[in-house]
Amino acid sequence: MSLTRPTGDPSTGDPSAPGAGETPAAGRRDSATGAVLNVFSHSFLVLWLVMAAAPVLLVVVNSLRAHGDLVSEPIGLPTGLHWENFSNAWTSANIGRYALNSLIILAGSLTGTMLLGAMAAYVLARFTFPGSRAIHLLFVGGMMFPIFLALVPLFFVLNNFGLLNTRPGLIVVYIAYSLPFTIFFLVSFFRTLPGGVQEAATLDGASHSRTFFQIMMPMAKPGLISIGIFNFLGQWNQFVLPRVLNVGDPDDAVLPQGLAALMVQQGYEGDWGALYAGVTLAMMPVLVVYVTFQRQVQSGLTAGAIR
Amino acid sequence: MRYDRRYRKLDQYRFIVWFLSLPLLVYGLFVVSPFLQAFFYSMTDWTGYSSDYNFVGFDNYERMWNDDKFWDAARNSVLLLVIAPLITLAMGLFFAYMLSAGGRSRGHGVSGVAGSKLYKIVYFFPQVLSLAIIAVIWARIYSPRSGALNAGLETVGLDSWTREDWLGSSWAIWCVLVVLCWSFVGFYVVLFSAAMSAIPTEIYEAARLDGAGRSVTFFRITFPLTWETVRTGWIYMGIQALDAFALVNVMVPEHGMDVLPSYLFEKSFRDAQAGYATTIGVALFLITLLFAAVMMRLGRRERIEF
Repeated sequence: MSLTRPTGDPSTGDPSAPGAGETPAAGRRDSATGAVLNVFSHSFLVLWLVMAAAPVLLVVVNSLRAHGDLVSEPIGLPTGLHWENFSNAWTSANIGRYALNSLIILAGSLTGTMLLGAMAAYVLARFTFPGSRAIHLLFVGGMMFPIFLALVPLFFVLNNFGLLNTRPGLIVVYIAYSLPFTIFFLVSFFRTLPGGVQEAATLDGASHSRTFFQIMMPMAKPGLISIGIFNFLGQWNQFVLPRVLNVGDPDDAVLPQGLAALMVQQGYEGDWGALYAGVTLAMMPVLVVYVTFQRQVQSGLTAGAIR
Repeated sequence: MRYDRRYRKLDQYRFIVWFLSLPLLVYGLFVVSPFLQAFFYSMTDWTGYSSDYNFVGFDNYERMWNDDKFWDAARNSVLLLVIAPLITLAMGLFFAYMLSAGGRSRGHGVSGVAGSKLYKIVYFFPQVLSLAIIAVIWARIYSPRSGALNAGLETVGLDSWTREDWLGSSWAIWCVLVVLCWSFVGFYVVLFSAAMSAIPTEIYEAARLDGAGRSVTFFRITFPLTWETVRTGWIYMGIQALDAFALVNVMVPEHGMDVLPSYLFEKSFRDAQAGYATTIGVALFLITLLFAAVMMRLGRRERIEF
């Protein structure tokens, strides 16, 4: 697919920036319609603000309510603050364990993705050699195929390597499926870096790998951070791959998988307070990362659409 | 010796090989080879449990052609593919335009609404959550006895609208559709806002001087100038909708509705029909390809540079 980038750079997409989204008025007639339109647009915007936030708020509020209240009255305020929901979720509903699994896998897969992705992207961006275009295409082409096509054979590939239902197996698969976009993103990033620095380093006698690790990597930091956050969210939220490749021991589930299983298993008699507390706990790290880096997250993820 | 050209060339190739070998190995083993194998396995009667299988040619494809459950799943998938982008992108464009041009007149210009940044932060939030977690949240909302949806309907007096079983009935596909749109609208608001902010203000100024109102401005200027982004977004959203596996797998009870990925999943990992499952995977792949090709062709317009 030869998709072009959007005409605007997503990272600068802030309509409140000077001149950005301003449509100049055509004089007096407009100030009247402007006021009406302002109320009109604001009410729709606020309506969707409520719609977008409500399910999330519902979860957070319900995580503090007692199970009995949740059954009798689905929407309502807490009668007391039932913090025990959180300790129940953490220990008896195993959320702590799932979070740890996710964290361990993420530590490996994110490091691996960034390292392998940066290495391959650097070579593909800065050197010309026979087959470099074909390799670039091979990597980037992986973005077009639906993952479900590969799912069944992948299961047996992992099985043959003895990696099914293991952490190293999931880590290496996460890395493999993150490479296409990571390499695509970083190749264009490395190409924008000045070539003079690299030449100077070579003339000073630095080896290629030394140039890469000590000069190019630090220079590429903004790009590495953007794609790093993108991969953090993608891998932390991954559901399909663990659902298929990590089904041995329920205790080994990653967070989204564990919560989904928890919901099914709670059925009609479960402890919903604990389920809501678990979902709240699972949302927190993502929320914190998102609010902290929201500019990079928004630009990184929207760049992901334009691939 | 070190600065000899031949030495440097050799040194460079050694470096290239060692930097590319590991990524290529991982990628080839776990991405490329499964994709290629899929086409082969789709022509076998492999169960997935044992290592023997027979080559059966196009038998699986014939079976799929006559499989009603496959067509049910395919119809649901195509429904999502067509309707989800339509709703999501329309809402995304609407809100993005409101954010960037719906503000009160200030002196010479009509600006974006106050607090547009806050709106975008909140709208975007569902996008950073795992679809599995979103599915858990909405499964609770749709829950017949203690879900917010039925409770909400009763509160506003629409008791007759409540359903005993939202996700186990023919409503399921619409429930999935709502969640899909809900989780993606914010993403497109941000994407389209970025595209809209790149349109030069002089174009708007000229239009306003000619007496164009806001809706005319939108349809004559904003929409055509963001068309490239809209089209790309359409393809992306369509592919996301085809994938809606996490939503169906978590929210919809067993023997409820299927979409192609969930049907593939059942066939392979529950019914031990790995060969047939990959055939469904190939069908999914072809639909994706067809969809992208149609969109690229349909949406082709003269590119506007500014």
